[in-house]
Amino acid sequence: MAIIGSRGRTTAPLPPAQSDELTRPEAAAEAGLTVVNWIDERAQLSQGLRWMMFRKVPKGINWAYTLGSATMFAFLNQAVTGVFLAMYYRPSVTGGAYQSTRNIIDNVFLGQFVLSMHLYGAYLMIVLIFLHMARVFFFGAYKYPRELSWIIGVVLLILTLAMGFTGYLLPFDQRSYWATIVGVNINGTAPFLGPYISDFLRGGPEFGATTLSRFYAIHMMLIPGLMAALIGFHLYLVMKLGISAPPWLKAQEPEVAIEKVEV
Amino acid sequence: MNQAEKEQYLREYALLKNEGKPFFPYAVAKDAIMAVIVMAVIMLLSLLFGAELGPAVNPTTTTYVPRPDWYFFFLFELLRVMRNAPKLTDMATIGLPTLMMIGLFLLPLYDRSPERLITRRPVALAAGIATILCMAYLTYTGAEVGSPNQLVLPIPAGLTKAQKATFLAGEIIVGESGCEGCHEIGTYGNNGPGPLLTHIGSILRPGGIASTLKNPTAPMPSFAGLAKSSPKKFEELVQFLSMLHYKSSSWTG
Ligand code: HEM
Repeated sequence: MAIIGSRGRTTAPLPPAQSDELTRPEAAAEAGLTVVNWIDERAQLSQGLRWMMFRKVPKGINWAYTLGSATMFAFLNQAVTGVFLAMYYRPSVTGGAYQSTRNIIDNVFLGQFVLSMHLYGAYLMIVLIFLHMARVFFFGAYKYPRELSWIIGVVLLILTLAMGFTGYLLPFDQRSYWATIVGVNINGTAPFLGPYISDFLRGGPEFGATTLSRFYAIHMMLIPGLMAALIGFHLYLVMKLGISAPPWLKAQEPEVAIEKVEV
Repeated sequence: MNQAEKEQYLREYALLKNEGKPFFPYAVAKDAIMAVIVMAVIMLLSLLFGAELGPAVNPTTTTYVPRPDWYFFFLFELLRVMRNAPKLTDMATIGLPTLMMIGLFLLPLYDRSPERLITRRPVALAAGIATILCMAYLTYTGAEVGSPNQLVLPIPAGLTKAQKATFLAGEIIVGESGCEGCHEIGTYGNNGPGPLLTHIGSILRPGGIASTLKNPTAPMPSFAGLAKSSPKKFEELVQFLSMLHYKSSSWTG
């Protein structure tokens, strides 16, 4: 193993640390660099990262352009708080779901705070995603060559709302139960796929014991997985195509020929 | 956009990009500040308002408020509004939302003009503002209507004593069951998405009412659970509804 591993080395090995020349922090920094170099030698990420961080963004980018990444941070908040809630939540219709939610609120250390952050994080994410969409719409940023970013975005919008819908049932109190029944019924009246989606959500023609675990699996695994992948693709497109310039800016014809255009 | 316009755009964009600044640290700094604001707002709201839990689920009792969370109010209200436009009733439920969704998906495919400045895109500007106003209005009315759970009707003339008792019991069951979230009864309740119940007794026989309660048209929830768990309550509900013969035009209650 060691022989294979050392074959591809391109950088000279670092000189051995001499204890009389290096202070402790220096030695730690040195060791850190060695680890980073070791990883990069194999993963070769640094070039891509450097390109990503130092690529240019067009002139005139303003605060409205932060709405997309703000949506992403709200999504990350949901992921982190969601993991902690999942440690205590039990999707059981015979009292488990409601009792475990009660327990999170009443007994778990910071439980109510984390649950509240998950709730208000969801509200904020929905507000931010609509604001981000409005920015993209009014700036005409969905036009060539960014049409696909928009279409992926609409899928993300629908998935975000679906997260809200499936999450609403989980505390399993009266309000969430009956509202979800009505919601699934409304969905069933949709043309084409409506009835099938409703049956899939309920796990059959009736709202029953499997329904809750279905909603839970969809809420914490299926949709978040899809969303993470799609957000990744969305951001890939943003980087590849570049963030659109504000539409009110006109490019100035350069006085000297541009030697190198960074794209 | 035709090929020439596409190339023109890419050229202009390359020039603007070349005049720009590097992503790190300029854009990253703004994004980071925004991230801090997002987290601060979430924590502040959590500390100020917190999350609450209502009473536990009980599929057989009917005290519930079938209301979605606020970000779905606009859809729920849309159903109500659509029901009141009789010609469009067939599209009432998902018809319109589905169309809106398709319209949103395909936007970059039908809006192909190269113009990006919003002040030179009058149709997009009007459509965008109209959409925002409609959604804000529907969310607002959705928040306003609430879900009334009280019902006090003038007792119809000529009821026996037993019938009167049933009538009063029925009022309470209807109030508890959240029917008024979607149905109007006299001056009580919300006009839609469900039909008017003011004179439902003149439209359906008791048997019809009972089977509708057990196997309702979507999106109404089924009351079969109530019929099983407390047949007496269910019977009172059916009897009460079949006593409703008020004329909506001369309603005074
Ligand atoms: C989970 C939801 C979403 C996340 C995390 C997200 C994230 C981002 C980020 C970070 C950007 C970079 C530029 C900016 O921030 O404005 C961006 C750009 C973009 N987004 Fe989103 N987005 C989401 C939803 C949407 C939705 C719902 C749409 C539209 C229907 C959309 C359409 C676009 C388009 C067209 C761009 C390119 C804009 C440009 O280059 O100026 N995104 N998105």
